[in-house]
Amino acid sequence: MSKKSYRNAIKEAIEFEMRRDPTVVVIGEDVRGGHGAKNTEENKLEGFGGVLGVTKGLWTEFGSERVIDTPITESAIIGMTAGAAATGLRPIADLMFMDFYGVCYDMLYNQAAKFRYMFGGKAKAPMVVRGMIGAGFSAAAQHSQSPYHIFASTPGLKVVVPSSPYDAKGLLTQSIRDDDPVVFCEHKLLYDITGEVPDDDYTIPFGVANYTRQGTDVTIIALSLMVHRANEVADKLANEGISVEVVDPRTISPLDEEGILESVASTGRVVIVDESAARCGFAHDVAALIAQKGFYSLKAPIELVTPPHTPVPFSNVLEQAWLPSAERIEIAVRKVLEV
Amino acid sequence: MKLTENQLLDAYKHMRDIREFEERLHDENTTGDISGFIHLYSGEEAVAVGVCENLTDKDYITSTHRGHGHCIAKGCDIHAMMAEIFGKDEGLCRGKGGSMHIADLDKGMLGANGIVGGGPPLAIGAALTAKTLKTGGIGLSFTGDGGSSHGLTFEAMNMAVVLQLPVIFIFENNGFGEGTGCDYAVGSKDIAGRAAGFGMPAEKVDGTDFFAVYEAAHKAIERAREGKGPSVIEATTNRFYSHFEGDPGLVRSKEEIEYIREHKDPLKIFRQKVKGQVSDEKLDQIDKDSKALVDDAVKKARAAKNPEVSQLYTDVYVSY
Repeated sequence: MSKKSYRNAIKEAIEFEMRRDPTVVVIGEDVRGGHGAKNTEENKLEGFGGVLGVTKGLWTEFGSERVIDTPITESAIIGMTAGAAATGLRPIADLMFMDFYGVCYDMLYNQAAKFRYMFGGKAKAPMVVRGMIGAGFSAAAQHSQSPYHIFASTPGLKVVVPSSPYDAKGLLTQSIRDDDPVVFCEHKLLYDITGEVPDDDYTIPFGVANYTRQGTDVTIIALSLMVHRANEVADKLANEGISVEVVDPRTISPLDEEGILESVASTGRVVIVDESAARCGFAHDVAALIAQKGFYSLKAPIELVTPPHTPVPFSNVLEQAWLPSAERIEIAVRKVLEV
Repeated sequence: MKLTENQLLDAYKHMRDIREFEERLHDENTTGDISGFIHLYSGEEAVAVGVCENLTDKDYITSTHRGHGHCIAKGCDIHAMMAEIFGKDEGLCRGKGGSMHIADLDKGMLGANGIVGGGPPLAIGAALTAKTLKTGGIGLSFTGDGGSSHGLTFEAMNMAVVLQLPVIFIFENNGFGEGTGCDYAVGSKDIAGRAAGFGMPAEKVDGTDFFAVYEAAHKAIERAREGKGPSVIEATTNRFYSHFEGDPGLVRSKEEIEYIREHKDPLKIFRQKVKGQVSDEKLDQIDKDSKALVDDAVKKARAAKNPEVSQLYTDVYVSY
């Protein structure tokens, strides 16, 4: 165990798996960076090591045959990854920003996600698509979204949304070893958070929620960055004697229904915090689950804390108002306690 | 390039199997016992077979919505294909894929594909596997004239050149993307000519002539196997039928189709070309065998059992 950043935890998972399994390759634009540039080529430098430095060091260790820099053409990146996965590699594609799924979704949605089912169980696509999600970086409307709800609505895809360095390493290792296509969503505001992470490799099974706070009065269900905001609210309210439980599903497809419903049964009051969408998002899916299977446990209507139904704005003032804040979460918790 | 008698008989057998399969589907479809869309490959046989006679099971192909010919040329089992099209449990994909998604990865068949332009990005993935694991195999995509204009295809072609992948892009130009003529929809008028813009060689061949396709494919495939990178082949051809079975069929006149069947039939052309090298008797015997084979496949497919409803929930990781 040692303290590691979320960024390094992700890199460690990839590098350990690349050492362990020669069929694991990394594919994407600037996963090394600097191909075709004089300075980087002559001095054997990594120009980027991933746009925010997550894969830095991998090219130096594994070379261009396994750390494959590509043109900035996402359909070819994801399509090549899918084709390679179906024929014997275990590739990890770097989509950079998850927002870019819009230009290449066919290769996931109509191809990789469906291979195993559509071909009667005779094909598989053991691949991971890594990408950044999340607002709060002033990256504006096309580099700030969290479209994990779109992926989760597609049968055949597994969707992982880790909130801590420990989860990031264990879940990414599981993702690489998994035989189905996995979409791995990394929140860009979490890269520099640190936490205790085992030095060896380990896996965390999909579909097992983590209770980051235990409590008896209210359940907050949250993912990724929102787990941290929920924890903050739980810690603050604990001083007032309000006991908040925070449930982090960690993977939303598969979803730990039991883990969620168990907490709801014990508190009877629910707040769902979700950065994905104001409509048809993760929060709405979980609210429907609770309404259907946990209705009789409820003591108050479910509260949802989501962004408004608008694109992500650029201006810092507007963006902060867009992102679900600790204040809004706290107001929602107090509201479900009023009933 | 001189082929042995056995090679010629094998090629003819594959082409005849495709023709029988498709002609029979044309008839069977009218009975109402086949659900969904059927896109027939009749008339284009020399392209699939001319290419695939150069391939082995370690080579992967991707295909199109008009995929039966590629499947048969790549060695997919005809009984299992027919059962698939009838939606039966004994189908190659256990009735879950249907005509547009027949696949058999053991034979290097990465799937027919319902998405126009969907194949090329997958084919470069197969080529990446071959290159990385040094299997000696290649990736190869069959794409139509419609798919030749697709962004997915362009991205895949560029990536193939950048990474020097062992992959071939075959463009089957049958003159129509659905009901829109390629003279209208392909801006460059010449698909092969586009390859130069991506930095790879291309050849345009008469896709009704098995030998022209075979030789061009042979050259391109050997080149890819030697690590010399990707290339393009445009094969001009004709489909005997319309886009899908049951469409209005108005884009060509009866006379045009009669002319094509008479003068552009790849099987007739093949038989003329091998005169003196292969006896009519042997070819006639293949005709009979193919007919019997397809007949038996239809009988067995009709009699085969439907999938259990429980199959709905298998081969996918989770069911809510």
